[in-house]
Amino acid sequence: MEVRSMFFKQSASMKLDDPVLQAAMKRAKGKFVDGRAKAVADVDAWEAIRAHAARLRDRTIANLDAYLVEFERNAVRRGAQVHWADSAEEACAILVKIAADNGVRTVTKSKSMVSEEVNLNERLEAAGVTVVETDLGEYILQLAKEPPSHIVAPAVHKSKEQVADLFVAAHGKPRLTDIPAMTAEARSELRRHFLGADMGISGANFVIAETGTTLTVTNEGNADLVTTIPRIHCVITGIEKVIPTLEDFATLIRLLPRSATGQSIANYLTLTTGVKAPGETDGPEQMHIVLVDAGRTRLVGSDMQEMLRCIRCGACMNHCPVYQNVGGHAYGWVYPGPMGSILTPAYVGLENAGDLPNASTFCGECAVVCPVQIPLPDLMRKLREQQFDRKLRPFGERFGIAAWSFAARRPALYSALTRIAARVASWLGGRDKLIHKLPGLDGWTQGRDVPAPSGKTFRELYRQAKGKR
Amino acid sequence: MASPMGSREKILGRIRAAQGRAGAEPTPAELAQVRDQIASRERGPLPSIAAPADPIAHFKAECARLGTTFADVDSMDAVPGEVKRYLDSGALEAAIVAWPAFAGLDWAGAGIACEFRPAHGDDRTGLTGCFCAIVETGTLLLLSAPEEPKVNALLPETHVAVLRRERLVSTMEAAFALLRTERGELPRATYFVSGPSRTADIEQTIVIGAHGPYRVHVVLVP
Repeated sequence: MEVRSMFFKQSASMKLDDPVLQAAMKRAKGKFVDGRAKAVADVDAWEAIRAHAARLRDRTIANLDAYLVEFERNAVRRGAQVHWADSAEEACAILVKIAADNGVRTVTKSKSMVSEEVNLNERLEAAGVTVVETDLGEYILQLAKEPPSHIVAPAVHKSKEQVADLFVAAHGKPRLTDIPAMTAEARSELRRHFLGADMGISGANFVIAETGTTLTVTNEGNADLVTTIPRIHCVITGIEKVIPTLEDFATLIRLLPRSATGQSIANYLTLTTGVKAPGETDGPEQMHIVLVDAGRTRLVGSDMQEMLRCIRCGACMNHCPVYQNVGGHAYGWVYPGPMGSILTPAYVGLENAGDLPNASTFCGECAVVCPVQIPLPDLMRKLREQQFDRKLRPFGERFGIAAWSFAARRPALYSALTRIAARVASWLGGRDKLIHKLPGLDGWTQGRDVPAPSGKTFRELYRQAKGKR
Repeated sequence: MASPMGSREKILGRIRAAQGRAGAEPTPAELAQVRDQIASRERGPLPSIAAPADPIAHFKAECARLGTTFADVDSMDAVPGEVKRYLDSGALEAAIVAWPAFAGLDWAGAGIACEFRPAHGDDRTGLTGCFCAIVETGTLLLLSAPEEPKVNALLPETHVAVLRRERLVSTMEAAFALLRTERGELPRATYFVSGPSRTADIEQTIVIGAHGPYRVHVVLVP
């Protein structure tokens, strides 16, 4: 997917003025936040499970090479072919080649964010393969020719009216606006694709080293159809998705659906291990697993390594006051919200991530709800420091921070400057003690006044109070 | 085939370099350590809901929460009658496609046209067994096998699953332990079903019956 994160500020402003998006975000916020809170309340060991999950993810990443090799060994033993893709380009090339080698004309696909990273659909279509997204949200976006705006609910930004128009254009049937009827129409349209596809492509929520298994977590059942019916099943997934054992999956699945959608469990947890056994009537004859790096190894051993724990639940964005107001497209790449503010710089370069590390109020809610305890605000703070050091922020901002840092390290100078500033600010407040227009920050005061300070600094007041005692 | 060994080495080499280890392949000692860790099969903490006072009541309550309906019968022979009652109550056609393991039951006597084959896209009701079921979440676990096609649980609009009471286990961990004991290895498809298929992709409105069944009905047999 093309990176447009440099334009975060401009797109965010546009999104704030978009009434359809604002209605959609308001609707989603309540469902995700309340749903998660209720689901988590059922699990008395929640914090202990979170801590265990964070530890198990850390331990796996600390031996990522050995776990990947063990996974590969077991997957191959069960008849799967394992491919390693260094880059997005290579991941696409591998899948295009598998399709070409097997005369594949049609592909059904269940949701994969990695495939969004690498622009897989575009590449397959350029090679003459018809690709049909089967997750309802992804299907809607494929019709709309838009990228997802949320990793779990990709079409969260769309209204049913917009979806109705897309369905009329694509299906040529009378316009429906009843959501169950619209869903039934999509079901019947997609059924023939499920039954006729030559190849199914799925992502993987996790891959299990112990058994060589890849697995999907869905509610619609589309991943089950994609991985069961076509003669070839391809999995595209990131190298960080490996977990050691089935027990680890049992732990993580207590966290994932509750954090994502407030469900105690997702409707379909599907573990696929190798190819069709002798005598089986369904299942693929070939299974290919593409393990994608595309920037992930840059996080290993770095001060961003904790991000590799991520299990892609989306709770950080659901609870982020910035995401809740601007939606996912403003972030300009595959992963929105706090997780995107870390992953986008890591995968496409800090120089291409623009304001993303700053797209946060640092309220800390993302770290509180993260099921694997990723300290997201701390990681964003580190990225802000890197942006400063690498001169990626505007000159005025860097000059201001450098000047403040110069003064803050010299107590006498700092005291003198703050005394002047406190007095000027108090004077600016005038008779009503409110600053209506801040010089240089008039955008901020356009919609509100700043209460003027008393005219003395904290240290002056402290000294006074101490003297009185 | 399509994967040049170059990328495998590059990826593994970068991971190792970042963690201060040389080379592009884990050493035998490192692999042995990872296998030991796997073999320890360490379990995570369990919530209280994983050990309810009345497992059957908890399982039924979880099924209800997921939209799975439930019926108890006295014996395996009573299954066709229950299936007929269930289909009638929903005004559903009395025709099913079942796993061959159920061929010994008297379906015709119950007034049901039953075929023993993999389901097609236009079959209305599929009947399966299940490997076991999980009390904690009201979840059925099914395994792929030659005479137990997965499509019967997936393509029809209604999925009826026959569950033996002795196959109820407390948690997913217990289900995996049973699977290792009885089967040794995972089959090609190991699939957990928790209620009918659903989506909330249009305006976050939950709709039952996305691509899989609209209805899941469990018949509990002693």
